[in-house]
Amino acid sequence: MATSSTTVPSAGPVAGSRSFLSRLWEGDEIARLITFVFAASVVLVSILLVVELWHDSVLARHRFGLSFFRTSIWNPIEGDFGALPFIYGTVVTAGVALLIAVPLGIGAAIFLAELAPARVSDTLEFFIDLLAAVPSVIYGVLGLFIVVPLMRQFIAPWLKSTLGFLPLFQGPAYGMGFLTAGIVLAIMVIPYIISVSREVLLSVPRDQREAALAVGSTRWESTWKVVVPFARSGIMGSIFLALARSLGETMAVAMVIGNDPKIHASLFAAGYSIAAVIANELAEATSELHTQSLIELGLVLFLLTFILNGLARILIVLTSQRGAGSARA
Amino acid sequence: MNARLRWRKFVSGFMLTLTGVCAAISVSALFLILGYLVVRGGTSINWAFFTRLPVPVGEVGGGMANAIVGSAKLLFLATLFGVPIGFLGAIYLAEFSGSKMAFVVRYAADLLNGVPSIVIGIFAYALAVLPFKHFSTLAGGFALGLMMIPITLRSTEEFLRSVPVSLREGAMALGASKWKTIATVIVPAAYRGILTAILLAFARVAGETAPLTFTALSNSFWSPGWTQPTASLPVTIYNYALSPYEDWHRQAWAGGLVLLGLILVINIVARGILARGISVSRS
Repeated sequence: MATSSTTVPSAGPVAGSRSFLSRLWEGDEIARLITFVFAASVVLVSILLVVELWHDSVLARHRFGLSFFRTSIWNPIEGDFGALPFIYGTVVTAGVALLIAVPLGIGAAIFLAELAPARVSDTLEFFIDLLAAVPSVIYGVLGLFIVVPLMRQFIAPWLKSTLGFLPLFQGPAYGMGFLTAGIVLAIMVIPYIISVSREVLLSVPRDQREAALAVGSTRWESTWKVVVPFARSGIMGSIFLALARSLGETMAVAMVIGNDPKIHASLFAAGYSIAAVIANELAEATSELHTQSLIELGLVLFLLTFILNGLARILIVLTSQRGAGSARA
Repeated sequence: MNARLRWRKFVSGFMLTLTGVCAAISVSALFLILGYLVVRGGTSINWAFFTRLPVPVGEVGGGMANAIVGSAKLLFLATLFGVPIGFLGAIYLAEFSGSKMAFVVRYAADLLNGVPSIVIGIFAYALAVLPFKHFSTLAGGFALGLMMIPITLRSTEEFLRSVPVSLREGAMALGASKWKTIATVIVPAAYRGILTAILLAFARVAGETAPLTFTALSNSFWSPGWTQPTASLPVTIYNYALSPYEDWHRQAWAGGLVLLGLILVINIVARGILARGISVSRS
């Protein structure tokens, strides 16, 4: 006799919310529990990640305190660790990358969203998605064997002869350095900027364009003065996303930045970045303090990208909601 | 037509052309990269590349057989670890969870997805290398698996949610329990999307280098079992490209071509599957 037959139907809860036991019997509760464990493990992993980064850098944090961020000496043998050259290198290369990638990326996104016929736009988007899938070590190899010689022979001499009065473009250029790393990073993040910006621009309601054209603006005026401002926060989001990417990018930068923990005003000079030093030294770190200093650098990187990604997401959601909201209105 | 209008039209045409140029430059980057890799890699690749071990410095020849097998082992471990968590977690999110728990899990997954791979590597290093005091294939697979979780989870959830409600209702109306509905109706209906999600996650970690440099490390020989350091294709390409030897540069190009070919093929296959529709038709 099945247990369920002892329950009088009318006395039981409404159909659909069966008793816990019968749900267990049919496997629903078991499936729920098993999948819950897996879903919860994702949360657990991300909490553990933060705890681990915090916990494993305790020695370095206590030893150096805030001076970790103000000191520019990195000497594993003496046990002196200062993060300034790495933070400088990371920020400068990411800055150069954005200066190149933002105009190019947004220009391309405008073309894809506003001008190109849907079929052309989708085809190009397909290639851009493929470009985003190219692994960073390949960009590194190309940077090392193409961009570095180009920089040494053509780009650096040209910049020196035209903009050489700026301290940014002075000093010897050996090919590897901040500018080279910035250029390689720019090539890497352009696909992200295009993809997200195109998506955001496409979500701008059609009425906005039509209204602008109806009052007599040219195609470009309607795009630049109406559509782009409408999508402004989403485009900002795509830039933050690209910034977070370029801050955390490791291998391509490690291959072309020159790996020298110094601060130079010149963009031609060799430098170092946070991610590159972790990749190069963590496996060979000899002292506990060295390991922990590297992990503290990882913590810094984590916090930076965490904040930027959060901001990017908020901005992108804001724009698409605005688009959806006024489309309905 | 007055001068002002002519000027505005000129600006319009000029700027719009400029955006076209931007798009052309960006897209041609892919073809330049591919073309250069094919030329340099194509002339460098040979049978020995796939079948031979690296030879000592100074000798010409040898291949990356150990790195190819090493990458396969790492990716096998990563899939074994990352896909079940991502897949089952997504089933929980799409089918069982309330909105609060779903928000927390999604937030955690997005956080993991946004973390630079080098930081994931540090995490794997702290959990799987430091306690055992040596580098291993397991630690590398763990790092890559961690990176597969958020990608699999988020896209699988989306595809599960896109299964039409009528299918669920139909199964329920026939008296199927919830898990039976999921296992025999919803997942099969969304399988193409799920497969795509897994393929894309796989392609994403296949080229990852940064977290492997201090978890799986590298190795000039075969790596027996799972607890030894192992060579992998991306790390070997990195080491060879930075070396001063011409023959190693040649092999780095060949390795780059093989790696990029693999990743692009997976991406194109995945998108091809997707283009045929992510689930059963809604008619």
